[in-house]
Amino acid sequence: MSMRTSRTARAGQYAALLGYLVFLAFPFLWLISTAFKPARELGSLHPTWIPDHPTLDNFRKAFDEQPLLQAAANSLIAAVCAALIAVVVATPMAYVMARRRSRLSTAATGWVVISQAFPLVLLIIPLFLILKNLHLINTLWGLIMVYVVWALPFALWMLVGYVRAVPAELEEAASVDGAGRLRTLVSVTAPLLAPGIVATALFAFITAWNELFFALVLLKTPEKQTLPVVLTHFIGAEGAADLGPLAAAAFLATLPSLVIFAIIQRRITGGMLAGAVKS
Amino acid sequence: MRASLRTTAAAAATALALLLTGCAGTDDGRDASGRIELSFQSLAWQKESVDANKQLVKEWNEAHPDIHVSYVQGSWDTVHDQLLTSFEGDEAPDIIHDASDDLADFAYSGYLADLRGLLPGRLTADIPRQSWSTTTFGEGVYGVPFLQEPRVLIANTKILTESGVRVPTPDEPWSWDEFRQVTKELTGKGRYGVAWPLKEPVSVTLNLGLSGGGRLFHRGADGKVTIRAGEGDQVVPGTIHDQVDTDHSASRTALGMGGSDTLPGFFGGKYAMVPLGFSYRQQVVEQAPEGFEWTVLPAPAGSAGLAQGVSPQTLSVAEASPHKKEAAQFIDFMLRPPNMVRLAKGDWMLPTGTAALADPSLHTAENGWATGVAVAKALRPAPAQSVRGYPEWKDKVATPALQEYYSGAIGAQELRKRLVDDGNRVLARYQR
Repeated sequence: MSMRTSRTARAGQYAALLGYLVFLAFPFLWLISTAFKPARELGSLHPTWIPDHPTLDNFRKAFDEQPLLQAAANSLIAAVCAALIAVVVATPMAYVMARRRSRLSTAATGWVVISQAFPLVLLIIPLFLILKNLHLINTLWGLIMVYVVWALPFALWMLVGYVRAVPAELEEAASVDGAGRLRTLVSVTAPLLAPGIVATALFAFITAWNELFFALVLLKTPEKQTLPVVLTHFIGAEGAADLGPLAAAAFLATLPSLVIFAIIQRRITGGMLAGAVKS
Repeated sequence: MRASLRTTAAAAATALALLLTGCAGTDDGRDASGRIELSFQSLAWQKESVDANKQLVKEWNEAHPDIHVSYVQGSWDTVHDQLLTSFEGDEAPDIIHDASDDLADFAYSGYLADLRGLLPGRLTADIPRQSWSTTTFGEGVYGVPFLQEPRVLIANTKILTESGVRVPTPDEPWSWDEFRQVTKELTGKGRYGVAWPLKEPVSVTLNLGLSGGGRLFHRGADGKVTIRAGEGDQVVPGTIHDQVDTDHSASRTALGMGGSDTLPGFFGGKYAMVPLGFSYRQQVVEQAPEGFEWTVLPAPAGSAGLAQGVSPQTLSVAEASPHKKEAAQFIDFMLRPPNMVRLAKGDWMLPTGTAALADPSLHTAENGWATGVAVAKALRPAPAQSVRGYPEWKDKVATPALQEYYSGAIGAQELRKRLVDDGNRVLARYQR
């Protein structure tokens, strides 16, 4: 009886989980469906999940009308550079904040949390003026710098959690065995921290890859624009949109984030939880 | 705190980048050979329109080797914030494509050049006075209105013909009462006579309201604006409300839709008519099922005839541009009658210029072009577009009040109270 109840409960749990997954996946599945539909099917009163006449026309149109490959290359450069720099800057900071408990590290953690509350529009004009004075408007370097600054607080917060999850006793044991500070960091701490560093870098990558507003304001010429900016060119006034090509381009733009997130989602969750409890 | 830390971090990091990129650029708007360099930010987004704009830029550059124009692609979605930042950073494009209802703040803030004296007499005379008034703020003119979009009724020809109702023309349009009666006759068998896509109800209500003599915003001798609701202001909202809540001849679910959302129902015969902007014809052409017959009808007329408000697309010159005269020359080139026609066709909109409107290619019945051209002379500036505080009134007062009124949650008296009393409190804060 108990076994049967347990099986029933388990089946119910899986059904609920499946429903939740479908709910979460619905927008993306609809995006895929739209990307492969001809224009006439987009205007159908009874839309179908599977296109009646699947077509690649929307993809062709998207590539014909906008420089998607160039934009993807720009996005890739900006996102990879931003992720690398953010991790290089944040890792030593996180180590100090996690290992040297002081009022300063408490204040710094507070700053990280508070900083997430500021809206973009408050920052964009000062940032624009700084970059202009440095002649970095309309350059990928300027955008990369902004992305680094933007990703830094959360990257730092994640990394602090990872560092705290590495037992300090391991470093002390290495020290007792005669390893110097640098040797301890390289041979003991760094390998244990590597998954966290990768997860943080990928988080910074996804943040930069998807970012629109800074790129829209800071980049002017078409050959410099990133993928999210180019996607807005399929949208007109008062919400009108070239839906088919927009869906096709958005589908392609989503793929890298999806793949990366599928790889790292467990580590990101682990990183967020790592600092949540005191060991 | 975060801003300062970020600023420091950005400055430190960018120092490295500076070493890598080096410093470049001049501020006089000329390249190394002394050629004048202008940037033109266009918001064109549909392929035909983008192609037309780029082709015109190419033709200009070929004809003017000493004044080079670079095409910059902007986006309607975020143009205001993007321009504001560019103006603040003194990096705005020389020639700016926008809409007249977005210009007021930029004009009053001194970001846009007063075009009086810069534009040739031909262009000034070609565009009607009511169009110029959409870009006139105070004493100055801060943009050239060049494309406009009236709201029309896009109707299912078969349903219309089978019903036997009188088909309106620009010379003999339906009155609002007749329109209400027609939609009742077209309703039945799971079909609504009309679907009002009122996701953003304020501009539709105010713009069409002009036909019924509606005005709502009144400017006094002291220049201050107050909101007053007269009888004419109730014609359009009253008709829509009655169609939805009394006659049930207008779809209730469509009230929350955008224009594109109503098209599947229109194609499927669920709605006999949809009031949409003129440019939506392109989507109808692309998406309508094969054999689907449709027609373009003028919006209903009231005591003010076919009058309705529009916010034309505009071309402006940045005040900070070192070459305003040349920028104005480029605008004049872009808006020569044949070029204005090309731009209008690319966007499926109407040109403002009288010479362009007279172009024979726009006087065809195909895709409803002739109907649009016929109502062009009745178009007026959208009410309140230059009123300070209008955006807040629209978002915080008028949008929720109209949505509740159309859905039947509140009555006409409560609507009037909110639009007028609450609205005047909002405007007062901007006019102290």
